[in-house]
Amino acid sequence: MLNVLVFAALPYVSAVLFLLVSIQRYRRDPFTFSSLSSQFLETKGLFWGSVPFHLGILTLFFGHLLGFLFPRQMTLWNLVPVRLFILEASGLAAAFLTLFGLGGLIVRRVSTPRLRTVTTPADILVYLLLLFQIVTGLWVAIALRWGSAWYTQTVVPYLWSLFKFQPEIQRVTELKLAAQLHIGGAFVLFAAFSFTRLVHALVAPVPYLWRPNQLVIWNRLRGGARF
Amino acid sequence: MDVRAQVSMVFHLDKCIGCHTCSIACKNVWTDRKGAEYMWWNNVETKPGTGYPTAWEDQEKYKGGWEKTGDKLEVRAVGKVRGAMTVFHNPNLPTIDDYYEPFTYSYQDLFDAAEGADQPIAKPISMITGKPMKIEAGPNWDDDLGGSPVYAANDPNLENISPEERDAVFELKNLVFFYLPRICNHCVNPACVAACPSGALYKRGEDGIVLLSQERCRAWRFCVTACPYKKTYFNWGTGKSEKCILCYPRLETGQAPACFHSCVGRIRYFGVVLYDAEKLESTLAAEEKDLVMAQRKMLLDPNDPAVIAAAKSNGIGEDVLAFAQRSPVYKWVVEWGLALPLHAEHRTLPMLFYVPPLLPVMAATGEKGYDTTIEGGFLGTIDKFRLPLRYMASLFGAGNEGVVRYALRKQLAVRTYRRAVTVGDVTMEEAKKLLAEAGCSVEQAEAIYYLTSIAPVDDRFVIPPMHREEAIEMLDSPLAAKGFAGMGFRRKPERGA
Ligand code: HEM
Ligand code: SF4
Ligand code: SF4
Repeated sequence: MLNVLVFAALPYVSAVLFLLVSIQRYRRDPFTFSSLSSQFLETKGLFWGSVPFHLGILTLFFGHLLGFLFPRQMTLWNLVPVRLFILEASGLAAAFLTLFGLGGLIVRRVSTPRLRTVTTPADILVYLLLLFQIVTGLWVAIALRWGSAWYTQTVVPYLWSLFKFQPEIQRVTELKLAAQLHIGGAFVLFAAFSFTRLVHALVAPVPYLWRPNQLVIWNRLRGGARF
Repeated sequence: MDVRAQVSMVFHLDKCIGCHTCSIACKNVWTDRKGAEYMWWNNVETKPGTGYPTAWEDQEKYKGGWEKTGDKLEVRAVGKVRGAMTVFHNPNLPTIDDYYEPFTYSYQDLFDAAEGADQPIAKPISMITGKPMKIEAGPNWDDDLGGSPVYAANDPNLENISPEERDAVFELKNLVFFYLPRICNHCVNPACVAACPSGALYKRGEDGIVLLSQERCRAWRFCVTACPYKKTYFNWGTGKSEKCILCYPRLETGQAPACFHSCVGRIRYFGVVLYDAEKLESTLAAEEKDLVMAQRKMLLDPNDPAVIAAAKSNGIGEDVLAFAQRSPVYKWVVEWGLALPLHAEHRTLPMLFYVPPLLPVMAATGEKGYDTTIEGGFLGTIDKFRLPLRYMASLFGAGNEGVVRYALRKQLAVRTYRRAVTVGDVTMEEAKKLLAEAGCSVEQAEAIYYLTSIAPVDDRFVIPPMHREEAIEMLDSPLAAKGFAGMGFRRKPERGA
């Protein structure tokens, strides 16, 4: 029963929350979309937290995404032991980087009095969820060796089955506890995502890279109406 | 020709008395809020001095403005690629301590203190943490201490002057300083806009006011680094950047911005100027020492029929053109060449111009006090300037002493001329000779005198009609928006989760 709740119901709840809330929040309350930077109040500690954390977590995110989108290619890549080893080692390094960064962020927030004024309950929730996710992820990586090999055979088909609305939960309920916690945690994280500051990741300013430098906004159609 | 209209400003520094009324007016209207306590969209600093935020002119530290390498202009430190590399932590972002930690006092203690032998005191309380704190800086911390070596010695503009000049500046019994009121320059090539990854910052097409959309800002905070004048501020409470809005709601109803309106010294002039957007690139390509003149040349003569025709075909209305023809800014900057941009070397093309102060020139004295003979320079000579010309050129000439000397000489000539008219201890002949040397006709001298000393408010603030009412009807149905406050926000701007 719990398995059905966590692996068949929760994913849909979390997907609906993620999509609806972030879209609705973006439309109704764009003012609340912000990275809520606290560098202005504390900068040294942020460097040692934010940089490793973000580099780590983005690497991990895209690693998971690659396996999800191209499971066959990842499996083929992993057929050569050296390549499997390289992939696993990079993943592990990224995970440690993330943990180091997140630890830094938490220490910084607790130990800097000025930051207390700008810390919301949602921020604490974010720290807890991310910490849980990284710790269980590391546990998987270390205890259930060669995750990148079995991930594509078990979790990826399960995730695809969710998209086909025919959840094959036995694919993940047979996994070890660490992996199950990591997967369940991910759904909770996604469910909470759009209620927290994490929405800043959704508005990452990629189009800036090709936008022209200057931005001019006209109240009236240029050359059109004249007064 | 791509003619654009730009609201633009002149501050006459000789008239500023350093009273900070402008700052207070702005603070009361716009920044008396949590997270914004430390912001002074309008601030007044003493020069020489380090200003606000401390040593904001030190671009080694803050890395603001544009950088020109060959023909290419790029935002220094936070351009596209460099910005992407520093988004998670920006090494050139000023922190609250570069401004000051905002404080109040525990006034209630004065009432609640138990009876005792000592007077009760109100302790300073941090407006960030709410805890007692030690005050170590403030928004005008080195006010009037400009000449003193403790603060002024750190003024980045003093770097290029000679040791003798330096000694002269700090000569204790002759301390010299003047005031520099600063607001956002509403630049034509704003670095803040170019640096904003979310496109939250923009220039209004019709009047050139630079605004920052609170709904699009995502706190990547590149604008704070990019502005070489440090005139975008980060609100640590809401997690959004903010900046001077040139009181556009006032402008749209025909009133001058609050800092202009309240200015006690009447140092401020407001008007619209026309510029040619097609000349932008060639203007920005100029050598550093030519920048001031290049920017001046970019401004168009509002009486030129070709300009008028091009402006009209670009959608600039006849009434706006009529105001451009009366613009005091055009007179100060282009016709008279008296008003100069601050730190033009950052290539943002600032649209706030300063008439450099003459006062320190006059303070130059000989052994026996002021030399009041014409041969001795009458009111002092520019080259015996109390503040070295090189220092002034570092502020107002992008290193070019010529443009500053021209502006000072002309002002000196006008003063001498008016002295000949009213006091008579200088002959008119001598005065006219000075005027001719400064490239100034008698009519021009009278016009400068009028705008400097006499002009009533309508001649100082020539505010073009902005037709917001008609513009809004094109974007929104006025009927649908009936009943709203008209300020855009329907909820309290509180920090997001
Ligand atoms: C997609 C690109 C991303 C960008 C450009 C980005 C950028 C930022 C920035 C500028 C900050 C503010 C740092 C400061 O205080 O100055 C921040 C904070 C934060 N980001 Fe991201 N981020 C991204 C992705 C993510 C992702 C994927 C996550 C986690 C799932 C994440 C989690 C966080 C957290 C937890 C904080 C708060 C740090 C703290 O104040 O302790 N970010 N991010
Ligand atoms: S002064 Fe600074 S904030 Fe104002 S427009 Fe120029 S670059 Fe932007
Ligand atoms: S109100 Fe006017 S005179 Fe007073 S400090 Fe401001 S600019 Fe100077």
